[in-house]
Amino acid sequence: MSPKEGPAGVTSDSGLPVEEVYTAADVAPGLEERLGLPGMPPYTRGPYPSMYRGQLWTMRQFAGFGSPEETNQRYHFLRSQGQTALSVAFDLPTQLGYDSAAPEARAEVGRVGVAIDTAADMVDLFDGLALDEVSVNFTINATAPIILAGYLVAAERQGVAFDGLTGTLQNDILKEFLARKTFIYPPAPSMRLACDVVAFASEHLPRFNPISITGYHAREAGCDAVQELGLTMASAIAYAEALMARGLAFDSFAPRLSFHFATTMDLFEEVAKLRAARRLWFKIATERFGAADPRSARLRFFSGNSGTTLTAQQPLNNIIRSTIQCLGAVLGGAQSIHVMGYDEAYELPSEEAVTLSLRTQQIIALESGVARTVDPLAGSYVVESLTDELETRALGVIVEIEATGGAVAAIEAGVPQRWIAESAYRTERQVADGARPKVGVNVYAEQDAPPPIDLFRLDDGVAERQIARTAARVQARDTVLHANAMSALARASVDGSNVMPPLIDAARAGATVGEMAGVFRKAFGEFREPAPW
Amino acid sequence: MSPRIVLAKPGLDGHDRGIKVVAMALRDAGAEVIYLGLRRSVAEIIRAALDESADAIGISVLSGAHLVLVSDLLRERDAQGLHGVPVILGGTIPAEDADALIRLGVAAVHPAGSSLDAVVSSVLALVAQRETA
Repeated sequence: MSPKEGPAGVTSDSGLPVEEVYTAADVAPGLEERLGLPGMPPYTRGPYPSMYRGQLWTMRQFAGFGSPEETNQRYHFLRSQGQTALSVAFDLPTQLGYDSAAPEARAEVGRVGVAIDTAADMVDLFDGLALDEVSVNFTINATAPIILAGYLVAAERQGVAFDGLTGTLQNDILKEFLARKTFIYPPAPSMRLACDVVAFASEHLPRFNPISITGYHAREAGCDAVQELGLTMASAIAYAEALMARGLAFDSFAPRLSFHFATTMDLFEEVAKLRAARRLWFKIATERFGAADPRSARLRFFSGNSGTTLTAQQPLNNIIRSTIQCLGAVLGGAQSIHVMGYDEAYELPSEEAVTLSLRTQQIIALESGVARTVDPLAGSYVVESLTDELETRALGVIVEIEATGGAVAAIEAGVPQRWIAESAYRTERQVADGARPKVGVNVYAEQDAPPPIDLFRLDDGVAERQIARTAARVQARDTVLHANAMSALARASVDGSNVMPPLIDAARAGATVGEMAGVFRKAFGEFREPAPW
Repeated sequence: MSPRIVLAKPGLDGHDRGIKVVAMALRDAGAEVIYLGLRRSVAEIIRAALDESADAIGISVLSGAHLVLVSDLLRERDAQGLHGVPVILGGTIPAEDADALIRLGVAAVHPAGSSLDAVVSSVLALVAQRETA
C-alpha cells in the first residue's frame, strides 16, 4: 500500500532518511552541550526552565468576520469558553490597504476577516475587552503599521498606556512575498515599514511582539520542514541586519522578536524542527549578532497546525490530524498554539469546529499528562538525530539564500518562491500517484458525495453598513487636523523618518486605512511578483 | 498544437498553491500555460485570453468572492466575443454555488479536494470538445 514501507529509502515527510531502529551510535557526541537545560543556552529544550508547569501555552483561535461589532461579539464568546488570548483575522481589503468603499474591495468586505476602515473601528472591535488584560495577535502585514496605529489609538481611548499592551503583530512582510501574498509595495520599502514598527516598539511597547517571523505560510504553500526552518532564519537575519544598519543595537530589539512555525503530520520530524529552531536561533543571535542579553537568543514561537494536511473528504478525520499536530507543537515547546477547525479544508470554521479546536488543546493540556515534563522527548535517539539533521540542512538553506544576496534579493529574484511551488507540485504528484498516503483520499477512500463545502454566508448588508459608517465618520472629522496629519505622513514616507508617530496622529485624526496606505502606494509604488517559472 | 490555457487569480485572494500546482500539471500534460498571477482584474484576464488566443481560461478563488468575480468574468468574456472559450473555476466553491455558476456559463468547477489528475483531464477534455465542436 505505501511505497514508504520497505527496507531501504524510507524517508521523513521532508526527505530525511529514516532508520528502522536508532541507537546511541546514531547521536553525535556532545549531546549534553547541544541540549543544555530548559531555559538555558542553547535553549534546545525550551525557552523557559519550567515551561508548561510554570504556565501553559496560550490558546489562540483566529477569528474575525463581518463588522467590528460582530467580531467583538465572537471575541466575548471565545473568552467565555476559556480562550486565553485573541487573534484578529482581517478582511482582504484591510490587509491590502483598501477602504471598504474602494472598487477593489467589491465582494470582499468582511469576508475572510473583519473589515477595518478607521481607528474608530478598532475601538469598536475591542469594546469591553480591556487591552491591558487581554493579549491580542494581529495577522496583518503590508498594513501592519497602519493597524498598529489604530490599535494604539483604541488603547488610548480605553486609558491604557502603551507599555501595558501585550500581544503580537505579524508584520513579517518577507513571508508575504514568499507565500502568503498580501504584499502591496516592493520588498525594499516594505522592509523599511516593517522595521519602522520594530524600532518604534523597541522604544514604546516593551511587552509587545512587533513582528512574528514566520515559516508557517511557506510551509502551507508547499515547502518542506527544512526549507521552512531555513527560510524563517534567513528572514530573521534580514530583519536583524536591516535594523542594525539603522543603528539599533541587536539587544535593543531582539528580545521582542517572535517566531511562527507550522506543525504538520510527521510528528517526530516536526518536534525535531521546533527544537532545532531554538538552537539555530541561539547560534545566529550569539555568533553572528553578538547577543549579550540572553533573551535575545531565546526563541519563542507560535505554532499553527497545517490547513493543507486537512482534507475535504471525510472531514471528521481532520480532528485526529489536528490532535496529532497540536501534540507536536506541545512536545516541541510552543508558547502559543492555534488548532484549525476540522472543516477548514472547505470553509471558514463553524462555531462548533472552533470550540472543538479549543477543546483539543484543553484535553492535551489537562488530560494527556504531556505538559507535566519539560521537553519529554529529549534524549530520544531518533528525535535527537533528526534535530541535528534538520539544523544542518536548514543551515544549508541559509547558505543558499545568502549566496543569492540574502532574503530580500532572493525574494526579488523569485528564487525561494520557485522552490516552494516546485515542492508543492512534488507533494501533490505524490498524493495523486499514491506515493504519499492520505487516508480518505488515496487510501481508504469512500465514494463520497462532493465535499460538503458550506461557506460562511456573509450578510449582504455588512459592506453597505460598513461603507455608510465610515462615510459618516469621515464626514464628521476635523478636516484641518486630518489634512495636516496626512501631509506629515507623506513627508515621513519620503524623508525616511519613522512612519509610526505620523501614522498614530493620522489615525487619531480619523484617517482611513485606504488613505494611509494610499500615501505609501504613492511614495513606494506597487509590487508585482516575478513569473513563478 | 498544444492547447493554450490562461490561468489567473481574480480578486484579492492570495492562495496560489492550488493554481500553481494545476499550472505545472497542465504543462506536464503538454499544455501551454500562461499564468497571469495574483489580483488580476476581469478585464486583464479577458485581454490576456484574447492576446494569447487562449483555448481555455482557468481561475481560482478561495476567499468566497467567486459568485461576483465569476459573473463579472463571464460578462466580460461574452462582451469581448470569447463565448466559445470555456471558463474553469477552482477553489472553495460550495456545491450550490457551483450549480449556479454552471447555469451561468462556467464550463467546470473543481472544488477544494478535487484530484489533480481529474482537474487536468477535465481541462484537456473541454479544450478537445471545443476543437471538435
